[in-house]
Amino acid sequence: MWDYLKLVLLGAAAVFMLYLASQSRDLAYTVAALIGLLSAVVAFIYGLRGMGHAKVPKTGYLDGPVRAGVILTAFWAVVGFLVGVWIAFELAFPQLNFAWAEGYLNFGRLRPLHTSAVIFAFGGTGLVTTSFYVVQRTSGARLWNDSLAWFVFWGYQITILLAATGYVLGATQSKEYAEFEWYTDWWLTIVWVGYLLLYMGTLMKRKEPHIYVANWFYLSFIVTIAMLHVVNNLSIPVSLFGSKSVQVFSGVQDAMTQWWYGHNAVGFFLTAGFLGMMYYFVPKQAERPVFSYKLSIIHFWALIFLYIWAGPHHLHYTALPDWAGTLGMVMSVILWMPSWGGMINGLMTLSGAWDKLRTDPIIRMMVVSVGFYGMSTFEGPMMSIKAVNSLSHYTDWTIGHVHSGALGWNGMITFGALYFLFPRLWNKTGLYSTRLVSWHFWLATIGIIFYAASMWVTGIMEGLMWREVDAQGFLVNSFADTVAAKFPMYVVRGTGGILYLAGALIMSYNLWMTVKKAPLARDASAAAPAE
Amino acid sequence: MSKDDKNKVQTTGHEWDGIQELNNPLPRWWVWIFYACIVWGVGYMVAYPAIPLVNKATPGLLGFSTRANVAADIEKFKAMNGEIEAQLASADLTALEPGSDLYSFGMNYGNATFAAFCSQCHGSGAAGAKGYPNLLDNDWLWGGDIETIAYSIRHGVRNTEDEDNAHYSEMPAFGDDYLEDEDIANVVAYVMELSGLEGAEGDLEAGAVVFEENCASCHMEDGTGDRGQGAPNLTDAIWLYGSSAEEITHSVETGPFGVMPAWGLNASFVGGADEQTVTAKINAVALYVHQLGGGE
Repeated sequence: MWDYLKLVLLGAAAVFMLYLASQSRDLAYTVAALIGLLSAVVAFIYGLRGMGHAKVPKTGYLDGPVRAGVILTAFWAVVGFLVGVWIAFELAFPQLNFAWAEGYLNFGRLRPLHTSAVIFAFGGTGLVTTSFYVVQRTSGARLWNDSLAWFVFWGYQITILLAATGYVLGATQSKEYAEFEWYTDWWLTIVWVGYLLLYMGTLMKRKEPHIYVANWFYLSFIVTIAMLHVVNNLSIPVSLFGSKSVQVFSGVQDAMTQWWYGHNAVGFFLTAGFLGMMYYFVPKQAERPVFSYKLSIIHFWALIFLYIWAGPHHLHYTALPDWAGTLGMVMSVILWMPSWGGMINGLMTLSGAWDKLRTDPIIRMMVVSVGFYGMSTFEGPMMSIKAVNSLSHYTDWTIGHVHSGALGWNGMITFGALYFLFPRLWNKTGLYSTRLVSWHFWLATIGIIFYAASMWVTGIMEGLMWREVDAQGFLVNSFADTVAAKFPMYVVRGTGGILYLAGALIMSYNLWMTVKKAPLARDASAAAPAE
Repeated sequence: MSKDDKNKVQTTGHEWDGIQELNNPLPRWWVWIFYACIVWGVGYMVAYPAIPLVNKATPGLLGFSTRANVAADIEKFKAMNGEIEAQLASADLTALEPGSDLYSFGMNYGNATFAAFCSQCHGSGAAGAKGYPNLLDNDWLWGGDIETIAYSIRHGVRNTEDEDNAHYSEMPAFGDDYLEDEDIANVVAYVMELSGLEGAEGDLEAGAVVFEENCASCHMEDGTGDRGQGAPNLTDAIWLYGSSAEEITHSVETGPFGVMPAWGLNASFVGGADEQTVTAKINAVALYVHQLGGGE
């Protein structure tokens, strides 16, 4: 009965999408409706083909979405890094904003494509995928509902497609990291509620007496992102058949809401979520117990309590009232130690297994990841201090800061998780090549150093140039002077990006060959839930 | 509770998929830095505006306010420069002596103002670009003496909102039914011949006739231009819109219509609040541009 109902619903959705496409007022919306149509048709055909087959009893863990997820995570990594390298060179050599591609491939269109591809496509797919894997293993239970798991997984991928096509075709809310327009927001909200239900449902039927710390972090990520996403995207569509919408908030309220969202996208997406990843994959790969249970509790609650206040530090010296800036800054500085709690737990978990640093490049990757996490969570509070911010704000220093976090912390821990997962998901004895992991490690690490160092140099330089005044109070430099002065560092930054991208390509090859060529492991017990 | 062999620390007894947790205490240094940050945070919130109340926020013991700081900075520089700025605003620009305090002040002021408002089009070195005049040479569309430069800055070029209708002229787009392609080719050849450029193909004599009938009223019979109408001199080597046959043909066909904002007509254009500041800025930029190389 449910199967028939599902087919009817999918058929109706397909017809509805076709109707939306026929009524559409702009290209971005048409493409979005066609993506919806295609998705509904594919799901319909898939459901139809499954009809009448005897139901196989569902045993073991549901690893199908995880397998699809690790592949797509690697794919989105390459896409996101490639767009990043391209726009880095567009900044260094503006001629690369080709006239024939104006309105599609110029910096303004590709920049949100890059940030969203890295944060939401690469990072988000990595989080959804690893959370599916981790919650099953640490709960000793299969995901709560198979259909829902597949819906969340593919629903999230559809969100990515809607967002990406929207950017290139000009549908944007102009809110950083929340650029996708109202229809994508609505769709993501549905998917995300499904994700929350799935995660809670799986935790409810766990066979372990306690909930493992990784799951606290994953859950805080899911809950808080839902709240942030809904509030920051309160907007009214101009037409139900067009992509444009108008924000409910305006002026400084809008700015504050945006950065409350923006900073907590960093806090709960890129920090809490990835700490969940760290808390599972570091002890597994090191085969060591987590360093301190107490520390994990204290830093978890301190982190999620404090992060949510830190947003106003993005708006120092603006129309935002001073008191709000003070609160944001104070909470950011107090956040320093709670952030470092995760670093301590990660690094100290490895104590007693330091010898593995020599032999296991995956451990090395995780150590560097946690190191960059510590570095950026020190840099962040420092940059939130008003006096520092008056120099760093609007400069490339900020860009360097987010990239030492994104490339160093988020990227490296996700690579580590992918290297851990591929052999296990395809039941292999190990990776195709450890040597290639080493290559990836060094290319990525050197790439990050090029990137972060060049951005520190140009960021501080342009900050100093902007504020330089002569004895009579006159500005010394024009804006164009600062742009010209940054050129060499822009080339260094792009070069760092190439190295990082090359590492990701090597990883993709290595993972592909692991699936194709690595020998099968005899023991398949890894796929059975713990009883 | 099992013992972890390597660390001699108890585990919590929990285990998930083989992962155990040690019962290590919180690192002391971590706890103390955390406490110190909290204490500092409380102190900072007492000292600075922090807690929102019904109508306003707690001001903090130090009375810090970013807006007050900006206002104080502005007052400070006004007090410092106000008098000399007033002198500059009312100065006779032609009579300023290089080396005098007023002249040096005007030069620094002009340099900074140029960097902020003019360099976007004219370049930070004032060398211009295609369509944006080079201010370093002695070729002036509307005149190069210092008072004319100041006038040009104040009224801009080709502003429809300027009631004085200053610096307004329009070159016809001769490609729109005014001239045949052949006439345009001939006149382009003639114009290129005037300034000794090579690479044109056309009948010079026919071109001269076309020039006489269509161009000479603004660019003068000898092609030396007319500053009263902003009509460029066509006999020199300076070509604002390019000197190739294609570029000149394009100019003749479409009629360039270069514009510059009227910096003096809207104080907000130059970030100046009052007429004196705006005038001082305009005078300063005129002084700066005039001495760049081509001032008359």
